[in-house]
Amino acid sequence: MEFAFTEEQRMIADTVRDFFAENATSERTRAAMAARGPDAGIDRALWSAFATELGLAGLALPEEYGGAGLGMVEFALVAESAGAQIAAIPLLGLVMVGRAIAAGGSDLQKSAWLPRLVGGEVVAAAAAGQGLQAVDGRMTGTLSHVAHGGAAELLLVYAGDDAWLIDLNGEGVSATTHVTMDQTRPLATIMLDGARAEPLADAAAAIAGALAAGLICLSAEALGGAQSTLDRTVAYSRERVQFGRPIGSFQAYKHRLADMMIEIEQARSAVYWAACAVDEGSDDAALALHAAKAFCADTYRMCAGNMIQLHGGIGFTWEHDAHLFFKRARSIATMLGDSEWHREQVASKIMGPSTVGGVA
Amino acid sequence: MKLGFSAADELFRAECAAWLQEQLSGPFSDIKGIPNLVSKIERRREWEQQLARHKWSCIGWPAQWGGRDATLARQVIFAEEYARAGAPGRINHIGVELAGPTILAFGTEEQKARYLPGIANGTAIWCQGYSEPGAGSDLANVKTKARLDGDEWVVDGQKVWTSLAHFSDFVFVVARSVEGSKGPKGLTFLLMDMHQPGVEVRPIRQMNGEAEFNETFFTDARCPADAVLGAPGDGWRVAMALLAFERGVSTLAQQMGFRNELDAIIAAAHAGGKACDAVIRQRVAQAEIGLRLMRYGALRMLSNTGQSDIDGAALTYKIQWATWRRNLGELAMDVLGQAGEIAEDDRYEWPMLPNLFLFSRADTIYGGTNQIQRNLIAERGLGLPREPRGDL
Repeated sequence: MEFAFTEEQRMIADTVRDFFAENATSERTRAAMAARGPDAGIDRALWSAFATELGLAGLALPEEYGGAGLGMVEFALVAESAGAQIAAIPLLGLVMVGRAIAAGGSDLQKSAWLPRLVGGEVVAAAAAGQGLQAVDGRMTGTLSHVAHGGAAELLLVYAGDDAWLIDLNGEGVSATTHVTMDQTRPLATIMLDGARAEPLADAAAAIAGALAAGLICLSAEALGGAQSTLDRTVAYSRERVQFGRPIGSFQAYKHRLADMMIEIEQARSAVYWAACAVDEGSDDAALALHAAKAFCADTYRMCAGNMIQLHGGIGFTWEHDAHLFFKRARSIATMLGDSEWHREQVASKIMGPSTVGGVA
Repeated sequence: MKLGFSAADELFRAECAAWLQEQLSGPFSDIKGIPNLVSKIERRREWEQQLARHKWSCIGWPAQWGGRDATLARQVIFAEEYARAGAPGRINHIGVELAGPTILAFGTEEQKARYLPGIANGTAIWCQGYSEPGAGSDLANVKTKARLDGDEWVVDGQKVWTSLAHFSDFVFVVARSVEGSKGPKGLTFLLMDMHQPGVEVRPIRQMNGEAEFNETFFTDARCPADAVLGAPGDGWRVAMALLAFERGVSTLAQQMGFRNELDAIIAAAHAGGKACDAVIRQRVAQAEIGLRLMRYGALRMLSNTGQSDIDGAALTYKIQWATWRRNLGELAMDVLGQAGEIAEDDRYEWPMLPNLFLFSRADTIYGGTNQIQRNLIAERGLGLPREPRGDL
């Protein structure tokens, strides 16, 4: 019975917590939010320090390509800390694309891209494709809502049972970054017009690797973010005095904070259960990933909403950071499937498929 | 960080499962799967003694006192296999899980020798004398009095919600021994024999029709002067330490029962045509997710025993499972529809799922209500200011 962090894992957690707390400050995040063009929503200095000084971009990528060869548990610790500070870095694209190539890329694809991802030289993004035309290694079509798609130079596209890599610096590619509600991870539309698309050698493995990593990333970010909303609201409730008492001494207030903690502790179990299940290749891995995404996303939304409410008027201002959490929580809720969709996948696994709308 | 148990522990699991299977398909098949803690009491006493004969009655205890010095992992495994095998609820769980560990922690060698063998060998069933009519959530407001009379304590007062008191042999009682004292000060933790003229037990019929709880009246009831755990007047510390034992390995066994309840709901949904209802499917999925997270939450707590950063998390467990189960009861009735509101014969008795719906209303009350749990989480887990005490 060892469902506890190892010494090494605790050290990683301490390191990344300090790194993001010190560097991913509100000021720097807001500068990235205000930027336009390829730097929109990216703190380049932070990303570079993360990849090179700490060497963490390759944490969950294979050692033979410069990575640390660790797993989803260690990566989740990183994503949790990044999420706690709403760091403006392209972590989601990195881990989805990196793990996809590691799991399903050819040797050539691995050696072409993994060292550059590990070094933080290339920003990557992943997109689910619909209605794409892929003929003779050329792809045409539009990809919507691609996180950090405007900054990305490498794109993973997956559709059905197929997956491709696209060098976005190549011909036939144009991208538009949208003003996005969560400015720390702006969404882009990428238009492909005969762009070179290289099929991944083992598409099924690549897609599974990308989705597992993406769901862990979002769930862990949500956990870290939710914990931050609780910590910050607790701190505020001890300082703010009304009716001659700190507002944190009122039961109506305390009970809402307690409810946040109850959900957050379950979210923590969810993230590390799912991360372990993926690392161990457990039969429960798919169920755990669906459970973690649905539970953590819901927890984060509830907590971020409470953070605003429990701060009163100041929580509604642009100046206060509460809205950064609230908006990140909103964007996570929809990315890679909403909670209702993930719960339906859980239901299908334990009850069998629903026959409504299908053949009874 | 790992999900599973070691290979050696899995071998131990097989050993537990095999023994339980042999007993429950053989000599004790008549009490397999029995749902409550009140029927076939004589057979269940025999079962407690059978467990003891094969050293399964208290495996986490020291070998010196009839246990196996089992690791937490093995206690978890035994508890899981016990529930999986459909073995009957332990009528002496209060003795084994609460009284025993508290006596081991606070008792003198003489007290250990006096009380532990009976619990270990299954002949002494224990119940808990904490709550009173005026001391529910405010447990420290105990009014039951204890005074020393020569070489005996004399106890007068009333306890309530004493589970299983009607067939218990011993009771631990928190009583006020310092005249005029208030709150947690001046309380004494006494170990008393139930079989005496000064103790009277009256069952309380619950809303589900059953009677597991009782009122227990102490009128000039007695116990020896040295039947005090800890020092006289220091009873609150002992009483609180005992409550910490309540959050132990048994939670994982309890989850096996929850698993059975959820599976029964899924089966009922298939049988009744609700299995394709999108809203029901969402709620079933939510219940499944909650159950899984309960398991990994409990494993996280047990795996981190001794690490201080887990203490706050551990406080959230009671309200989590209690609320989950109350929601499960609601889901059960929504799946069953009106069929769930009709008893099976002319008695006011309920099968598993309707009984779950009714009984789970107690889960969010006993052992600290959801409201008290939130206070504890906020004050001890999050460090918020304490609720001021009134003077009335």
